[in-house]
Amino acid sequence: MLRRFIAALALSAAALAAPAEAAPKKSFDIAWTIYVGWMPWPYAADSGIVKKWADKYGIDIKVTQINDYVESINQYTAGKFDGVTLTNMDALTIPAAGGVDTTALIVGDFSNGNDGVVSKTAKTVAELKGQSINLVELSVSHYLLARALDGAGLAEKDVKVVNTSDADMVAAFKAPDTTTVVTWNPLLAEVKAEPGANAVFDSSKIPGEIIDLLGVNTETLKDNPDFGKALAGIWYETLALVADPGAKGKEAREAMAKQSGTDLAGFEAQLAATKLFAKPADAVAFATSPDIMKTMDLVRTFSFDHGLLGDGAKSKDVVGIGFAGDKTLGDAANVKLRFDPTFMQMAADGRL
Amino acid sequence: MRRAMNIRPGGGARVLLALMPFLLLALVYVFGSAERRAANPNDKLLPPISEMADTTARMATEPDRRSGEIVLVSDTVASLQRLALGLGLATLIGLTLGVALGVLPAANAMGGPLVAVISMIPPMAILPILFIVFGLGEMSKVVLIVIGVAPPIVRDIAMTVQAIPVEQLVKAQTLGASTWTTVLRVALPQALPRLIETVRLQIGPAFLFLIAAEAIAADSGLGYRIFLVRRYLAMDVILPYVAWITLLAFLMDFALAKLARGAFPWAYVGERR
Repeated sequence: MLRRFIAALALSAAALAAPAEAAPKKSFDIAWTIYVGWMPWPYAADSGIVKKWADKYGIDIKVTQINDYVESINQYTAGKFDGVTLTNMDALTIPAAGGVDTTALIVGDFSNGNDGVVSKTAKTVAELKGQSINLVELSVSHYLLARALDGAGLAEKDVKVVNTSDADMVAAFKAPDTTTVVTWNPLLAEVKAEPGANAVFDSSKIPGEIIDLLGVNTETLKDNPDFGKALAGIWYETLALVADPGAKGKEAREAMAKQSGTDLAGFEAQLAATKLFAKPADAVAFATSPDIMKTMDLVRTFSFDHGLLGDGAKSKDVVGIGFAGDKTLGDAANVKLRFDPTFMQMAADGRL
Repeated sequence: MRRAMNIRPGGGARVLLALMPFLLLALVYVFGSAERRAANPNDKLLPPISEMADTTARMATEPDRRSGEIVLVSDTVASLQRLALGLGLATLIGLTLGVALGVLPAANAMGGPLVAVISMIPPMAILPILFIVFGLGEMSKVVLIVIGVAPPIVRDIAMTVQAIPVEQLVKAQTLGASTWTTVLRVALPQALPRLIETVRLQIGPAFLFLIAAEAIAADSGLGYRIFLVRRYLAMDVILPYVAWITLLAFLMDFALAKLARGAFPWAYVGERR
């Protein structure tokens, strides 16, 4: 009796914990969080673009907002979502390092000033030496700081890093004993507007290294290519609106601004600091260029040095990263992150 | 037939009964973990117990690559320092203010409503103010704990003192006691065992505020580590840390319970075993 009870309990726990089955399915969930480069997703959902493309392929796509960025990726990694908006670094360190084979279906944009280092005391990166710096540790901010220090001949041990929640970054900067923060927009704009704040470094000095993606589960995508086609269709139809200088574009941008808690001017300022690939051909060109391999090599080196690839990782090669044309970085037998331009190419060729 | 309420398990049966739910939970976990690992050998969500043991051993014995410190030790020391300071200050405030409010009607008239209102403010909601006033260092973390747990202690002690039968206070006065002597000889002895019980109940909230503060801005601590490694879903670190925090809190609770029974045996005369 008791044994049967235990078995039943264990079974139900296993059922709860089991990852999503990759059998052909009709309905898909993707998660997004507030960030200028991802705002097209909720707009597409609200304006019916998602439904239009999903209907075309006879599937159902749900677009869900998650308030906490890391939580959204963790939920995706745990199998609760089929796709999630995330950066190239987090795609490598959370799902890919966690064994969830992820495809960068859409390379949406790269940060071109949207992430930055702001200080009350230092005016150059070299002056950051010996300072205590508030940032979200192990995030792209941390990566940006490491790259900034590297460029000035400093190392991370020359500064003291204090992990600070992004939600409290603005309040943290106002505290008298805080001198330097590293953060992203819209917080960056807020922090820069403080009296006495100097912008010391930003992502426009390392263009193309902080990339915003839509990552989807590779297995789900392989079993349901229509899911990928629909997503690419949705994305580029919405981006055409974002880039539209006319009244329709303005209306779309206004809606996205409102949804991300800013106004049109604020949203357009953030867009200006983002290199958005409005045309699928540009995204394909970026995703197939040799530079992206160099970037991912820098990112995986940083990730490995900070223990983000897991404690069992012997070298940065442990998680393989696949690129267009069957090129790989690291372990070719364990490719878990794939930059696959197939669906963006289809959009570029008008084959959706 | 014996009534269920009168069946008392003996020593061995007691231990067995206490262990059973824990074993059951562990078993459920082991099955769930094995299931997920079978589907994805790199799964991070439910790591097997052996892996967690390895990680724990490493964190407890080997110095960290970046800081050179033994992570589990430095985190525990940092957190316990904050917790001890916060809980200690809150206890001190709780006792002095609580007894004052309980004994002096004038103090109660003035401070009672204030304490009642303050105790209703969710401390997490005023965090940005705390940061700007107390900075991001140790001070704001300790203050968060104090703001979170002192008001309930004050109120509980005040109510305990107010519940002292008025006859006792009259009797003390007829024997010539001043207000101060009454506080020392009548109110304080009866408030102290209750104080320990209240502090016991506040250990949980104190940990909650400690971890919240460490999650927001810190460079060491148990909460800091959990929120840091959450960024790459290192459940093999998070789960042992959660177990460790639970154990620490349990030991503190146990120690306080023993202390109360040792120091004030009279307060537990009516206790059923």
